[in-house]
Amino acid sequence: MELLLAITIGVLVATSVYLMLDRNVLRFLFGLVLLSNAVNLLIFGAGRLTAGAPPLIDAGAYAPASVVANALPQALVLTAIVIGFGLLAFALALVYRTYMTLGTVNSDEMRVAEPMDGQDLDTGRLGLGKPDPAQPASGREAGI
Amino acid sequence: MADDYPKVDRVMGGPSGWISIGFPAVLFLYFLGLLPQIAQAPQVHGIDWVPSLGIRLSVLLDGLSMTFALLITGIGTAVTLYSARYLGQHPDYPRFVCYLLMFMVGMLGLVLSDNLIALFVFWEITTIASYLLIGFNADSAKSRRSALQALLVTGTGGLAMLGGMIILGTVAGTFELSQILTMGDMIRTHPWYMGILLLFLAGAFTKSAQVPFHFWLPNAMAAPTPVSAYLHSATMVKAGVFLMARMNPSLGGTDAWFWILTLFGGVTAVFASVMAMRQTDIKQVLAYTTLMALGTLTMFIGAGTHYAIMAGMTFLVVHSLYKAALFLMIGIVDHATGTREATVLGGLSKVMPLTGLAAALAALSMAGVPPMVGFIGKEFMYKAGLGLGGLGAFWVTVMAFAASVMMFAVGGIVALKPFRGNLRPTPHAPHEGPWPMLAGPLVLGALSLMFGLLPGVLGHYLVGPATHAVYGEVRTVHLYLWGGFNTALLLSLLTFVAGWLIYRRHEAIRARLAAFEARSPIDFDAGWDRLLEGFKGFAAWQAALIQNGSLQRYMAVTFTTFVALVGATYVLRGAFTAGVSLSTESVHPIQWTVLALICAGSLLVVWTHSRMTAVAAMGVVGIGVALIFIMFSAPDVAITQLLVEVLVVVLVSLVMLRLPYLPRRSRASWRPGHALIAAGTGLVTTFLMISVLAGDFDRRLTTYFEATSYPEAHGRNIVNVILVDFRTLDTFGEIAVVVMAAIAAFALLRGAAPAKRDTEEM
Repeated sequence: MELLLAITIGVLVATSVYLMLDRNVLRFLFGLVLLSNAVNLLIFGAGRLTAGAPPLIDAGAYAPASVVANALPQALVLTAIVIGFGLLAFALALVYRTYMTLGTVNSDEMRVAEPMDGQDLDTGRLGLGKPDPAQPASGREAGI
Repeated sequence: MADDYPKVDRVMGGPSGWISIGFPAVLFLYFLGLLPQIAQAPQVHGIDWVPSLGIRLSVLLDGLSMTFALLITGIGTAVTLYSARYLGQHPDYPRFVCYLLMFMVGMLGLVLSDNLIALFVFWEITTIASYLLIGFNADSAKSRRSALQALLVTGTGGLAMLGGMIILGTVAGTFELSQILTMGDMIRTHPWYMGILLLFLAGAFTKSAQVPFHFWLPNAMAAPTPVSAYLHSATMVKAGVFLMARMNPSLGGTDAWFWILTLFGGVTAVFASVMAMRQTDIKQVLAYTTLMALGTLTMFIGAGTHYAIMAGMTFLVVHSLYKAALFLMIGIVDHATGTREATVLGGLSKVMPLTGLAAALAALSMAGVPPMVGFIGKEFMYKAGLGLGGLGAFWVTVMAFAASVMMFAVGGIVALKPFRGNLRPTPHAPHEGPWPMLAGPLVLGALSLMFGLLPGVLGHYLVGPATHAVYGEVRTVHLYLWGGFNTALLLSLLTFVAGWLIYRRHEAIRARLAAFEARSPIDFDAGWDRLLEGFKGFAAWQAALIQNGSLQRYMAVTFTTFVALVGATYVLRGAFTAGVSLSTESVHPIQWTVLALICAGSLLVVWTHSRMTAVAAMGVVGIGVALIFIMFSAPDVAITQLLVEVLVVVLVSLVMLRLPYLPRRSRASWRPGHALIAAGTGLVTTFLMISVLAGDFDRRLTTYFEATSYPEAHGRNIVNVILVDFRTLDTFGEIAVVVMAAIAAFALLRGAAPAKRDTEEM
């Protein structure tokens, strides 16, 4: 079972990564949902799998009578699920607002902060390497 | 330069001026009072600062630190007095005073620190203060460039030095200098000795501007003249020399130490004295002679014999006295005539007799003419050089001789030529300097003469104790003016003759040097610009490569890095075999059906171009995961997962109503490169999971929670107890995150008006 679970997690991660590499931010969000599922399963599985023994203490007992499932990863995953949901909800709102404002869900077209102007992208786009007006431009900069 | 700013009416700089003069003056008197005590025996005082890291704020008072402390506060008093008149009416004078006092505190801390880390902190304070002071005329692009250059060169060296300090502290087991200095034998034979030495020297050589890191110092002359006199001549640039002297008992005495220091020092000294001949701006001439002095000091500390150290310490004091006086003198001349060009000035002694007197005293000391203290310094350098064995004796003596000859000639250029002959026309009509500006150079010049006449005082109180501190053992130090007829005296006479001949022909030599420089392909300053441009180009290139503003690129870089690093670790450690021995027990059909559904659902999300199908497929995955949780005894998690899954589907569906359709699947939408990254990430994750499962399982925390859940927290559901009791703060944080996400989402959604639909996305 563990081996199969590991392979399933691998498939989930692979599909989510492929989705997150998409330009379309909606597909990116789908990838995010799948990735949080994959990571939750990973944490859960890493705490070892125990079938049919929830981590509960019987009435009257002070500790579990027999071996029960590992409670710690369960607590961690529980937290992670809720936080993952919070992240997704926020990201959805962000995508929605972005589309309302910019009219696109293509991440390459969202360039309000850093407008793309032609070949400038590959050189001094962040203001680095821009020629200092006080100094003569070097050959490399002058050639652009 | 000193006159073209709007003046503010302040007498001697106002309160800032008086504070800045009083501070070093009081400290100077205090240190002077301590001197007899320290000359007898060094002292260590201190308090803990960061005890967990072994960092103490402790002071080591010995001959070396006292000599420096007196120079810093003594020359500091002269310089602040001078500045109050020179810059007192400058609108930014209070700012200037702040920087200057900040520097003074940093420099004093540097020389007095007994703790290496504290020393580093003070070292950096001086670097920053120097940056602010060089760039004081911030309107000038040249000032800003010079300031940044000095900061980057000395700052980089300082970082290397910090590395050396940490390694040394690890080797010695303490950061306290007073203890490290007694462990010399252990440190010198340690396998890391070479690394420590090179890192320390990187700091010392950049700070003390040794070739090839010298270029920042002449540029630093963009600072106001009192700053050049103080930081870039008498004190800060000697910090590197101080460090080498300080570390001599623990790092010195090896062949590597000897040859690195004498070679770099010797080359710097001679190179700088030749360059000094080339300059016409007297301030630049003085800047290069400072380099020469730093090289000489480095060379003699490297030589390492008792005599050499004594010569070095004598020269240290000698140089600080005459060089500060000369810098202050040229400031007065600049102030009075409006120029510092050696080719323009002449005959000033008629109108500026006191300035001329100060210049003469200082320059005679620089030239090493008896009975000035400079003569003693030079004699002892020759004796120390001749006293070394073999090749070292030859190298050190020749370098010292060459540098001294040039010093003699340069002394003539800076202090003789501008003052004698006929008065020449200058931009302003020259006039004598005011007393606050004259006091410093005159007192310093007089001290050069006094110490020459009373060498015993200098030897007993300053040079002797300093030599003990640097050499590491107590030996008698006896300074004298007249040592009888010997080789050193002969060399001195030769120096005077050669120096005089060069001075007579210095204009021709300068022209020839200028011609040579124009043809020379080596230009350190231009090299520096190319280096910086290279860095900027590299930064722009790598930013364009991995941070080009495309989300896709970021994700690709992140995942590829993950695959490469984790995958490489697997390959290098040969960990791929770890998962072979996993249990092969039979898997219940329900289990593998659920797993297959999860895989199918996730693949469907990738494949489909319909939003509804994608949402449904995500629901399948989510519910499949919930089923896994149920099957493997996690009912609480499963309930949460189901709830969240429903909410996710609802939310995504709601938002999708307002968003465009997914683009149609086409040949272009298949991205094989991304598929490769995705497959690699998945594969690495699977292997990660397998090796985790194959490894040992540590159940200690779980056992603890199981045992204490009921007795301590009175809960029977262990997961719940962990969430709300043992790890309450985590849960609180989680709630806070959700609340913040809700608030932020609300803010985003408020007043969102639909924009024009993107037709391409249909």
